Amino acid sequence: MPKQIHLAAHFPGVNNTTVWSDPAAGSHIEFDSFVKLAQTAERAKFDFFFLAEGLRLREQGGQIYDLDVVGRPDTFTVLAALAAVTERLGLAGTINSTFNEPYEVARQFASLDHLSAGRAAWNVVTSWDAFTGENFRRGGFLAEEDRYSRATQFLATAKELFGSWPADAIAADKASGVFLRDPQAGTFRHTDQHFDIAGRFNVPRSPQGRPVILQAGDSDAGREFAAATADAIFSRHGTLEDGQKFYADVKDRLARYGRGHDSLKVLPAATFVLGDTDNDAQEKARIVRRQQVSGATAIKFLEQLWNRDLSSYDPDGPLPEVDPDVSDEHIARGRASVRMHRDPIAVAREWRAKAAAGKLSIRELIIEVTGRQTFIGSAATVADRIDHLVQEDAADGFILVPHVTPGGLDEFADTVVPLLQERGVFRSEYEGETLRENLGLDR
Amino acid sequence: MTHLHLAVALDGAGWAPDAWREPDARPAELFTARYWIDLVAEAEAGKLDFVTIEDALGVQTDDPTLVQGRLDAVLIASRVAPLTRHIGLVPTATVTHTEPFHISKAIATLDYVSRGRAGWRVQLSARPQEAAHFGRRTVSVEEEGSVQELFDEAADYVEVVRRLWDSWEDDAEIRDAATGRFIDRDKLHYIGFEGRHFSVKGPSITPRPPQGQPVVTALAHSEIPYRFAEKAADVVYVTPADAANAREIVSQVKVRHVFADLVVFLEPTEREAAQLSSDARVFAGTPAQLADLLQEWQEAGLTGFRLRPGRLPHDLRGITRGLVPELRSRGVFRTEYEASTLRGLLGLERPANRYAAAEGARVA
Repeated sequence: MPKQIHLAAHFPGVNNTTVWSDPAAGSHIEFDSFVKLAQTAERAKFDFFFLAEGLRLREQGGQIYDLDVVGRPDTFTVLAALAAVTERLGLAGTINSTFNEPYEVARQFASLDHLSAGRAAWNVVTSWDAFTGENFRRGGFLAEEDRYSRATQFLATAKELFGSWPADAIAADKASGVFLRDPQAGTFRHTDQHFDIAGRFNVPRSPQGRPVILQAGDSDAGREFAAATADAIFSRHGTLEDGQKFYADVKDRLARYGRGHDSLKVLPAATFVLGDTDNDAQEKARIVRRQQVSGATAIKFLEQLWNRDLSSYDPDGPLPEVDPDVSDEHIARGRASVRMHRDPIAVAREWRAKAAAGKLSIRELIIEVTGRQTFIGSAATVADRIDHLVQEDAADGFILVPHVTPGGLDEFADTVVPLLQERGVFRSEYEGETLRENLGLDR
Repeated sequence: MTHLHLAVALDGAGWAPDAWREPDARPAELFTARYWIDLVAEAEAGKLDFVTIEDALGVQTDDPTLVQGRLDAVLIASRVAPLTRHIGLVPTATVTHTEPFHISKAIATLDYVSRGRAGWRVQLSARPQEAAHFGRRTVSVEEEGSVQELFDEAADYVEVVRRLWDSWEDDAEIRDAATGRFIDRDKLHYIGFEGRHFSVKGPSITPRPPQGQPVVTALAHSEIPYRFAEKAADVVYVTPADAANAREIVSQVKVRHVFADLVVFLEPTEREAAQLSSDARVFAGTPAQLADLLQEWQEAGLTGFRLRPGRLPHDLRGITRGLVPELRSRGVFRTEYEASTLRGLLGLERPANRYAAAEGARVA
């Protein structure tokens, strides 16, 4: 039997991938939009629905960034509501380990797992910036090197809490009057450099035992953390060669923790544009890229590398001749990409060379150098590509990021999924009741 | 005759310690969605104003003969929201060990998923066991001034939550294709809260909820919490012993809605009502007797009642199928839901946004 593909739906995010100006674009905050995307994903038998996180509105040049979608709901609350309108779809939330405490996060995930009858998943992320910390009473931030140690201890602590109630702790025996068979159920004590807590956890063991754990780190420490603790890894490596390298790397790490090859699923994020023909899809993809990168957006992107106010530049004109400002203070705050450019001056040189060679304007260059869609083509081409990447061990499946809310997954569900099912590489019915079962993970 | 408002307080198998052993109790299902959906649907069938859902950051007791364990109340409310249409959903959330930023967006999101039916029962925790679950501070009610301190902190907390709800003006999302702007950032506001206990910058990540300000409620038994409720709450739950006491309390606490809490046993056996020690008065009797008592207390100035069913679902059904028809026959309770939001049911206007108002004043 060929490898089975796993698919997830990422609610379109607070970034420029999401095209809010499309006539079909709906609300990013009304519950109906979440229902629509989740129900489409469930109709297509996807493994899970995924929500990202951002705990402070992004800023650039000291002002709230206004060109992308802004605003999102509380993750736990919206996932619990989605449990009411879906039956088998996994419900994955990104919750960071810096601005939360293990006891409350564990009880929220255990509650979500109960309320969804075993469909909860937790994408554990770390954030460290003082900028986000300004929204929290605990404030402050973590030194970058402490991020993974806190995340590791946070997750270990949460796992202790999830496991603190024996499966048969509750007797609820009316005749004898014994409610709790194990009077110590929930007892825990955890002491390390980050946490010193003890007492009793107050949510009984949930249907999955604990939520499915996702992890998105890409650094060496992040990959090690995933290999040690995660059930699935959300990666950025969606192409064949790059994907295979990443896949082999993280799978090779599993043995060190006594884990089997299949116990960690590798799920790169992927965008897609479908068309009646490959040419049609290519043309649509070009249009979508122009929607994603308006002139104003192009200037803002350029500012993130240059770290300067470039508002006087014409997006349809040439790149700035002045070099990037490499001082510590950064113009853009609250986004993951800020630290992406390790050597801004070298990257700027590269971009200038590329622009000169192709006679590209600022906007054209930014369209060129930022996220082209992962899959572009007819349904047959895209199905073939996805299957190929999975069978060739570049991935175990994909977390698909539509560019339109909430209907952006419809075409994929209607055209690509049936082809994958025909090939026998994607389920036609859910295998199990819980997300863990559908992902093929041991309990 | 003036209508009275009715809420029920849902907690585990009911407020009586051995409620879980009643013939119709479902103690093995306390941690399932179905259990809570059925209870809230029953309350909605009776056209009650809202349900509250108890919660805490620790177990209820160490006694293995009693119910232990809880699901997060905000998530229960949210799970039930899409399956109900009219009833208000008022989960309890503790302020003492949690982040106002998280609670603000959680209640705002509950308001979105329920289309305007969210409330919040603010709860403080002075239990050392709960503090030890977080390990970040100690709490005590022994030290001089420590109760006042906890309530001061809670007042700051509610202030932050309320400011965050207002931190987006209603028309902040503009989707202006011509300029490429999704929002008008002048309509988003830093709340810039700096208090003795914490500071929070804002704005919220969640746009202003449908009700503008979801309904804030609190239970209060004495002077310090009364002052807190006046500052922070739209509905205060109080615990009078009789009508005269109710009158006295109403004169002491100036909150838009003053509800009396009552533990309710309808058609009980003697044993059940007698065994309960409670902060709120325990009523045991017939629906007609309960209706008499509510009307008498209503005349003392209360606007409504939060009834704590002794046994679930038994006494909840007694309320919806016994008390409610009785009150309707006396013309003091609704026959149909008259509004689609919780604020609407409570006769509260959708409030103006504090930041939008400030803006207008500046222009003027």
